[in-house]
Amino acid sequence: MSVETVTETRDERVASTNWFVRFFTKPEAGATTAAVVLAILFAVVAPQFSRPESIATILYGASTVGIMAVGVSLLMIGGEVDLSAGVGVISSALSASLFMYWFGGNVWVGALIGLVFALAVGFINGWLLTKTKLSSFIITLATFFMLTGLNLGVTRALTGGVSAPSVANWPGFESAAAVFASDIPIFGVNVKITVFYWILLVIVATWILQRTKVGNWIFSSGGAPDAARAVGVPVVKTKIGLYMGVGFCAWLLGMHQLFAFKTVQSGEGIGNEFLYIIAAVVGGCLMTGGYGSAIGGAIGALIYGMALKGVVYAEWNPDWLKFFLGAMLLGATVLNFTLQRRAARGGKK
Amino acid sequence: MNATVVAEKPLVELRKAGKRYGNVIALRDVSLQVSAGEVMCVLGDNGAGKSTLIKIIAGLHQNTEGEYLVEGEEVRFGSPREALNRGIATVYQDLAVAPLMPVWRNFFLGSEKTKGWGPFKRLDVDFMRKTAKQELLDMGIDLRDVDQPIGTLSGGERQCVAIARAVYFGAKVLILDEPTAALGVKQSGVVLRYIVQARDRGLGVIFITHNPHHAYPVGDRFLLLKRGQSIGYYEKSEITLEELTGLMAGGAELEQLVHELREAGTSTDTVRVIRDEIEGDGAAGVGRVTVTEAVDIRGLSEDRE
Repeated sequence: MSVETVTETRDERVASTNWFVRFFTKPEAGATTAAVVLAILFAVVAPQFSRPESIATILYGASTVGIMAVGVSLLMIGGEVDLSAGVGVISSALSASLFMYWFGGNVWVGALIGLVFALAVGFINGWLLTKTKLSSFIITLATFFMLTGLNLGVTRALTGGVSAPSVANWPGFESAAAVFASDIPIFGVNVKITVFYWILLVIVATWILQRTKVGNWIFSSGGAPDAARAVGVPVVKTKIGLYMGVGFCAWLLGMHQLFAFKTVQSGEGIGNEFLYIIAAVVGGCLMTGGYGSAIGGAIGALIYGMALKGVVYAEWNPDWLKFFLGAMLLGATVLNFTLQRRAARGGKK
Repeated sequence: MNATVVAEKPLVELRKAGKRYGNVIALRDVSLQVSAGEVMCVLGDNGAGKSTLIKIIAGLHQNTEGEYLVEGEEVRFGSPREALNRGIATVYQDLAVAPLMPVWRNFFLGSEKTKGWGPFKRLDVDFMRKTAKQELLDMGIDLRDVDQPIGTLSGGERQCVAIARAVYFGAKVLILDEPTAALGVKQSGVVLRYIVQARDRGLGVIFITHNPHHAYPVGDRFLLLKRGQSIGYYEKSEITLEELTGLMAGGAELEQLVHELREAGTSTDTVRVIRDEIEGDGAAGVGRVTVTEAVDIRGLSEDRE
């Protein structure tokens, strides 16, 4: 390592102004590098990959994970996980759809019921967690199974089948479909509206994390809950709020699925919670809390989207996708870890 | 230098306070008082009831017996926040800070400064960065970068950030829970210096420790606890370091220890060399504190000015 010449800075002892250190001390650094490498790789092996229509499709795939990854990333920075997030999406959509089926009325009322239900699930997760002081893994594992059973049981009891009936004929469907599941043309390419919700959520979450009191509370509730409590941070409220945030994201995605496909399969959603966790962790959020970013989670979701569609465009065997995702998770985590450690030591080996 | 501002009423006073957990008596008949510009040291070995005592003063627990007065008025705090609102701040040894967060975020944690309105209400980052840097500078900590994670600071510096934070947010009484316990000699010296600095700024300090050599140079009063009870309450003029150490360890046990150390070949000369090194270290600025033998500690505060 050569001796660095210290450039003019506010303080002559701050040598960490070189770009490497500045970039790699950010949580999303490793994921960004991986995303760029992956994009170049697929663009080379599959020319179709970089066409505008393909990019819109990739972004749509990424957004369906990315919307949830926003909530899950914040939750993970707050030091918790939510295994019920995948099924929660379906529960929210089912509660809306079954409410309409049973009571009739406008789909917007159903959507409101779905929102209340999703937020209530989040609240219960957070409340149980802070009351029982058990690990979030256990609590949300329990709610995950309970919701799975509830989805199937209630759907079968009310409709006699395993899927909720179509919502296409209820009043207000067109407007709801326009809000939750429309296409927006950009330069002649139709981009799903979820992509824009995703970007909006990332911006809002980043704002909250970096520039508000609540952001400070989230970081400290995850990184050092006892210290946070001792200096007056409302840790319990913060954690419950984070679970309700995941609930909100689940509702948004649930509504998209409901109004895009008109019907909901009660057995879906299982296993998706891991995709959200992968996105957040690949994006640099620390499992133990206190560190991470919303942008990181978004890049993690983008990597998922690229891998999902890239394999198809490259005409590779999609059977290997899951293996690839797992390897990606491992690689990204190790990469993040080493890069951060290197950067924290001022770029030296 | 001990130009003690004698307030009419002590900032914090306990009168025959006690605490029971069911039928376990954790603390019994403990009295103490601290006024502005004073350092009250609470000494005791592990399990002596020091933690219970702090928890009562800090508002985490309530005393079940006796009285707890703040500025002459009896209080019962329901939470640490209430104690904080009365100007009683606690700096805990291990849980003072969130290690991965930048120094300035830690400094303002729980009392963030915001600007703007409604949904655009945001953290006043520039103000907080500048203030944190300035306040730490005033306490004598010159940080390279307030954006570095606080975990990268040394243990002593972290304690000092916590102390500076409490001072900045208007603490009148500072409770320090074993601030030197996990620190090396030099780092302990740094922390002791900030205790003196806080005292000189007119704060009342309650300094909890099990090390009489840390307590004696900075303390004005000493409360000794053993098995949940007070075994002595002394003004500085009433006791010497040797007596304090003796009381802490139990005279006979200490004799035994000295004997054992001598057997093991610890020579006084080596100890003296170390002592002189510490004394010569301007940054630590604690003078002679760490060595029992041949340390005339009582003259310390006069020497330094």
